[in-house]
Amino acid sequence: MPAFREDFAEILRLVRPGARVLDVGCEDGELLDLLTREKRVDGQGLEISPAGVSACLAKGLAVVQGDGDRDLDHFPTRAFDYAILSKTLQQMRDPRHVLSELLRIADQAIVSVPNFGHWRMRVSLMMRGRMPETRALPDPWWSTPNIHLCTLRDFTDLCRELDLRVDACAALSGGKPARSIRPDGLLENWRSETALFLLSRRAEDRPEATPQNLFGEVVLPKSEGAKPKPRRRKT
Amino acid sequence: MDAGAEPDAEIESGGGTWRFPAGKPLRLDSGATLPNLEVAYKTYGRLNETRTNAILVCHALTGDQHAASVNPATGRPGWWDNVIGAGLPLDPGRYFIIATNVVGGCMGSTGPASTNPKTGHPYALSFPVITIADMVRAQAMLIEALGIETLLAVVGGSMGGMQVLQWAADYPEKLFSAVCIAAAPRHSAQNIAFHEVGRQAIMADPDWRGGAYEAAGVRPEKGLAVARMAAHITYLSEPALQRKFGRELQRDGLSWGFDADFQVESYLRHQGASFVDRFDANSYLYITRALDYFDLAAQRGGTLAEAFATARGVRFCVLSFSSDWLYPTAESRDIVRALNAAGCRASFAEIETDKGHDAFFLDEPQLDRTLRGFFASTAQARGL
Repeated sequence: MPAFREDFAEILRLVRPGARVLDVGCEDGELLDLLTREKRVDGQGLEISPAGVSACLAKGLAVVQGDGDRDLDHFPTRAFDYAILSKTLQQMRDPRHVLSELLRIADQAIVSVPNFGHWRMRVSLMMRGRMPETRALPDPWWSTPNIHLCTLRDFTDLCRELDLRVDACAALSGGKPARSIRPDGLLENWRSETALFLLSRRAEDRPEATPQNLFGEVVLPKSEGAKPKPRRRKT
Repeated sequence: MDAGAEPDAEIESGGGTWRFPAGKPLRLDSGATLPNLEVAYKTYGRLNETRTNAILVCHALTGDQHAASVNPATGRPGWWDNVIGAGLPLDPGRYFIIATNVVGGCMGSTGPASTNPKTGHPYALSFPVITIADMVRAQAMLIEALGIETLLAVVGGSMGGMQVLQWAADYPEKLFSAVCIAAAPRHSAQNIAFHEVGRQAIMADPDWRGGAYEAAGVRPEKGLAVARMAAHITYLSEPALQRKFGRELQRDGLSWGFDADFQVESYLRHQGASFVDRFDANSYLYITRALDYFDLAAQRGGTLAEAFATARGVRFCVLSFSSDWLYPTAESRDIVRALNAAGCRASFAEIETDKGHDAFFLDEPQLDRTLRGFFASTAQARGL
């Protein structure tokens, strides 16, 4: 088992040291904690579950209890360098609004989305005639939290529509090293299981980043192992 | 400075009444000054050598300085003894915890029942109207007198939470962190309305005597009790009342009269009756007024974020309770939005409970966990 989620390793590579980071859906704060320790970021989390919020507070992270669909209005315009939304855009009620909110709040958004156009999905649907259940999207249709699935091509279309620029894109799949890709490539829409995007507003004058510079061989920082959980004994 | 009684042998406690010299009056928002200021306070734990472990605890409307030790006026445990104590989120073995009685109060700090040095009689209604900022200013004077430059935290619920916000607005340089529980950045129309009912109940009592009841040797107990009964309902929630009392009767059958037939009536009557033994009616008028006047944004040109513009170095934690309809979660979210807009480091959690506003006095595991985590990480960040 890797020390942390594969997308975390990628995000860790992307984020500039000392940046201001908002993690939407930060859960127990693992990524923020990692970014704080490794990149000295000024981090802020948004998390809906009380247990996640308590865990973040215990780690000394700043966290606001709230919902990415409803509570992004808590944050002022351009308050952050990066807004991170990892693997949950497809669970939002209004992904289009969330995406544009992320890029109101932050200069750049780091968003990962499972690709419904992946060959496993296509084959599963074609051969079985049922909603695909794959390792990336394992839940049956009636209990899946993923209510707004899209293909890589759908997502890049939406980015275009919102006038967002893809500064970098990488394909992630099942623990293999991340692979820098051109998200509008026809083949990638078949073979990328999950894609991680670095997005910015097109209107801004920002030097074009070369995807090859942002992704490459992933070097995982040494894990310090699980920190002992603080005792929560009620006397 | 009087040595305080130490009824709680488990934790080291101290305190007394700090008397400020006549040359150091409390300057009030109204423009008046309060000479010979006295601030009653209690402390738990010991100040460390670097003076970095001090935490100020601010009380709610009818609270006092006896936060974690037996209250001499009632013989009952301190109002926050489930949060302050050995092994609890605020452990006196680790922190130096200070709790004061607010100015305007009736537990030893200068208030309307205090003697006016100019007349030799109790102030009664000649006591100047005070504000939350005045309470905080008096606390700041005490903290300075105790030789503490910065507080590790200032923490409080309800009116105490408003004091916390005022601290952040007025003395951000003296704070390392701030914890605001079940509060609001301003008093709403509904809040003011309930307080007005309470005040009118007191003033309608013939024993109130225009505030000069002490000179007449009487007390407006009925009016104060009704005020407390009305207010107490706002501290609970409909589900909690239903769960606790439902339509249960005191005795078998109805009285077909106006005795307390229902358990909830009896409960409220008891709340009112026991309150008058420990609280001064004029203090109730003054403190509710201070709350009604509280509007942090209005103090800063109408923009709440302006109040926190200089508080960027302070670590904030804002907490609300899901069933609190007195200071609902939406008002805490307003605070968080303003903190974010000001660029402050803010955390927020809504504690899920059906116990209403008063949940912050009660055993709520999620509150306990949240406070524990926040204070532990704050202390660590401060190098304790």
